[in-house]
Amino acid sequence: MIEATDIRYSYPNKVEALKGVSLTIQDGEFVAIMGQNGAGKSTLVKHFNGLLKPSVGKVRVDGVETTKSSVAALARNVGFVFQNPDHQLFSETVEEEIAFALKNFGFQPDVIEQRVTWALNLLSLTQYRKTSPFLLSGGERKRVALASVLAWDPSTLILDEPTIGQDHEQKEKLRQFIMQMQTQKKTVVIVTHDVEFVAECNPRVVLMKEGKIVADGEGKEILTDPALLELSSIVLPQIAQVFTKLAPLGFPKDVIDLYEAKQIILKAKESKQGR
Amino acid sequence: MSVFDGLRFRKVYSPIHNLDPRIKFVYVIAIFVVAILFYQIIPLLVLFFMQIPFVLLARVQRQWLRSLRGAAFLATFIFVVNVATTYFTSGYLLTAANVENAAAMTLRFVVLVESFSVFFLTTSPDHLGLALEESRVPYEFAFAFTTAVRFVPVLAEEAQTIMDAQKARGLELEKGGLLKRIRNYVPVLIPLIVSAIRRSLELAEAMESRAWGATKKRTNLYLLKLHKGDYALLAITVGILAVAVYVHFFVSIPTIASLL
Repeated sequence: MIEATDIRYSYPNKVEALKGVSLTIQDGEFVAIMGQNGAGKSTLVKHFNGLLKPSVGKVRVDGVETTKSSVAALARNVGFVFQNPDHQLFSETVEEEIAFALKNFGFQPDVIEQRVTWALNLLSLTQYRKTSPFLLSGGERKRVALASVLAWDPSTLILDEPTIGQDHEQKEKLRQFIMQMQTQKKTVVIVTHDVEFVAECNPRVVLMKEGKIVADGEGKEILTDPALLELSSIVLPQIAQVFTKLAPLGFPKDVIDLYEAKQIILKAKESKQGR
Repeated sequence: MSVFDGLRFRKVYSPIHNLDPRIKFVYVIAIFVVAILFYQIIPLLVLFFMQIPFVLLARVQRQWLRSLRGAAFLATFIFVVNVATTYFTSGYLLTAANVENAAAMTLRFVVLVESFSVFFLTTSPDHLGLALEESRVPYEFAFAFTTAVRFVPVLAEEAQTIMDAQKARGLELEKGGLLKRIRNYVPVLIPLIVSAIRRSLELAEAMESRAWGATKKRTNLYLLKLHKGDYALLAITVGILAVAVYVHFFVSIPTIASLL
């Protein structure tokens, strides 16, 4: 469980990026943190594994206050995948890249071997085991970065902008992967601008603006509130846009799921034919 | 990355910022030469304190202090190595003169850092490029140089992100002995270098697509002109050099150890 209590954070250049944020994320939850650039999303999540320590307020991860623990100790339970994979890849082979964190955490060689194989397989990277990560494509590098974090099987996973630079197929794989993490009762926190991706996943949405949380609730509720989204420079998901236009005809407004949309339209069609 | 902070230009208006970059550079080189000329601690101390009025006048004391703090690690290293080598080569004798000598070597390094820090803190990259061009340096080289200077803060920021990313993977930079600590930086340096190269290739493509180097002869919007203050600094520089050369050849400089 991650608990942030009224945290404020100022960068060394005096810019106050968080202005009093309180947020509790329960074990096994799936949360998307959204908001425009500079809203403080990345700053907030960097508090969850102790990379940043609040200037004021407290952050507790599984009951431990982050100021009383090292990043390495916190990272054991909270995996953080950065936006740009090029900020972390450095090894000669993909295999070594994935083993890096495992070595840092002091796993035994046979366990490392086993975990690397598992992570490679999970993200369909097995064929690149002995390849240099620098020779891979952007999307593949992103997967290596993800695999290098998943390898130590953290109970919480933070993904900063996971969908950037990914094609549709990769996004779909990512979505399925997050769902799989969910069935294993893992906590997943994503920071993203990608409304369509969030609409498809339908997680809890936390909306930020200028260092504060402006809304927190179900995706379906927040992503269909035009006033709220405009405040954060986010456009409605396409399905919600269609249903907003259809609202005068008696359709519900709060639809973001493709399957649900199809059911509503089919029902409307049937009732019309029945008449 | 506090060392880089000490080299980062900030736009402030002060008499020092307005000085001609060429003259300022001559001044820095003069300080450099004088620092190399002396190995005794007293002239180096004088040299060290002489910079302080410049720093105060330019109102960059905070950043300047930060650059000195950034250099502290290397300075300590230089001091320790100097003391250790004289200790082992002089037959395990730790004399006041040896320590003073080591302190002087360290101070020499600090003087070099402080004068370059003042120069970079008070000179905008644009001014620097202009100065190079007007000193007949080919535009390609001048541009490469200013771009390099301009990218220092960008790289510093990137280094911070990379360190965060590796820390999130359990890397503990401050752990282990000296050698281990140096090795800890490999996972930071490799991504930094790779991304710098990638970035430079992208920059080259972006520049070429905007017709960089299409005309052979370029003109500048701003031109550098020498003012009163520049002549004054030039006079000071010549004065310092003259005094230093005189002292070096005709005055025997006492050590602090012998004075006590």
